Amino acid sequence: MRTLKMPLSDDTVRSLKVGDPVLLNGIMITGRDAAHKWMVDTFIKQSRHPQGDDLEVYEAIKPLIAGGVIYHCGPVVSGLDTKQYKFVAAGPTTSIREEPYQGMVMKHFNVKGVIGKGGMGPKTLAACQDVPCVYLHAIGGAASLIAQTVTRVLGVYKLDFGVPEAMWVTEVKDFPVVVTMDSHGGSLHVSVEAHSKAMLQELLAQA
Amino acid sequence: MHDITENILELVRLTSTDLPPDVEASIHQATEREEPGSAARGALETILKNVELSRKNSTPICQDTGTPIFYVYYPAGWSTRLLRQQIEAAVVQATQKAYLRPNSVDSITGKNSGNNLGGKHFPSIHFEEVDGDSLTIELMLKGGGCENVGAQYSLPNDALNAGRDLAGVRKVVLDAVYQAQGQGCAPGILGVAIGGDRGSSYYASKETLYRKLGDTNPEPQLDTLEKRLVEEGNQLGIGPMGFGGKTTLLGTKITHLNRLPASFFVSVSYMCWAYRRRKMTITADLVRYE
Repeated sequence: MRTLKMPLSDDTVRSLKVGDPVLLNGIMITGRDAAHKWMVDTFIKQSRHPQGDDLEVYEAIKPLIAGGVIYHCGPVVSGLDTKQYKFVAAGPTTSIREEPYQGMVMKHFNVKGVIGKGGMGPKTLAACQDVPCVYLHAIGGAASLIAQTVTRVLGVYKLDFGVPEAMWVTEVKDFPVVVTMDSHGGSLHVSVEAHSKAMLQELLAQA
Repeated sequence: MHDITENILELVRLTSTDLPPDVEASIHQATEREEPGSAARGALETILKNVELSRKNSTPICQDTGTPIFYVYYPAGWSTRLLRQQIEAAVVQATQKAYLRPNSVDSITGKNSGNNLGGKHFPSIHFEEVDGDSLTIELMLKGGGCENVGAQYSLPNDALNAGRDLAGVRKVVLDAVYQAQGQGCAPGILGVAIGGDRGSSYYASKETLYRKLGDTNPEPQLDTLEKRLVEEGNQLGIGPMGFGGKTTLLGTKITHLNRLPASFFVSVSYMCWAYRRRKMTITADLVRYE
């Protein structure tokens, strides 16, 4: 088990291989469907003009994400009325929905790690090699347990996206993940899918 | 008719923060089957630890508290209009208490209502009048990750060589499990409906998920198919979280509806391991949760 402090260096990222269990420490930010679409449309493809606090938020999150980690998570948060935010439940959401966006976001912001569940596809795997970056798998549904590793909520951006879709800046201690896609082209998801496909063909051939 | 908002709130709390005993026992058994030290076993051990912690602290097992799906079986004389109001009030309170995540989003504006209400269909409530004098409310919290990997097939399906019979049903269900990989938070539980129209078929596939894991399908050929699908689904080797392993499915439940001569739908609702479903029965002043 390796304990890593964020931000992550390129050397650290390159040293991680599929199957490595890791405990993450430091500051990370959540971002899921609305955040990824917003980042890509507004700042990467620029198909949409910045509005409201967009530019301000962009400048604020850039240094947080550069060398950092994005967590695909829509948490349950208490203290919404008092702004004394606390993560109550915070497991990963399914990552594959960000497949159209993730590689672009990794490159644009120099992201070193993405945490989620279920794995991602070929575009993200290619970007992991180029940036370099790793995909880190958390246990889906283990929300109360993971929330305990979130020691502080430092702030929130884009709360108008709604609580699950907002970008929450957190400090974590020993946040548990496993590398399932590395920066050398390795992907546990590719091998599990290939094996299950062969088994499916065998089963379909039976009456 | 008295106000049962408090009781419904307790039903929501219990559903979100504790796993039904049959599901937890099934995950325990699955853990024992996986190789010591494997990623699959590690995932299941983490899942069990999380359930214990959630129960102790009354916090949601999963942050995706899903679509609240209520089935209300009411005796004559109860007002479904008042019951709906009380369910909605309980859902709002449960959101304030952080038993539920605000999960109801306007599909056009993208705005989250913040309180889990929104239109006629959120939360999802089904009413049915029944004999006797007991009111029963069943609740399932079905997360988005597993809902997204649900699938509906129209038979015959040439690509899978699946015809309009139970052998064809078996093939498309196995394909659905393969397509889902680990993305529905495996190990999963399948609700399968054969027949109906596209809408009724999906509803029935969810209704069948209210059955207990260890029960027996009253129709022997469906019972056989349920058991075979669990065994063969597990042979796919997708495993907990899609990490690879022996446990891809914890159960399969099959039901059937009459269909049009032209249509033969097979609908598969995939439920994640966080199989949050509970039942509350009210008879006179006695309230029972199970």
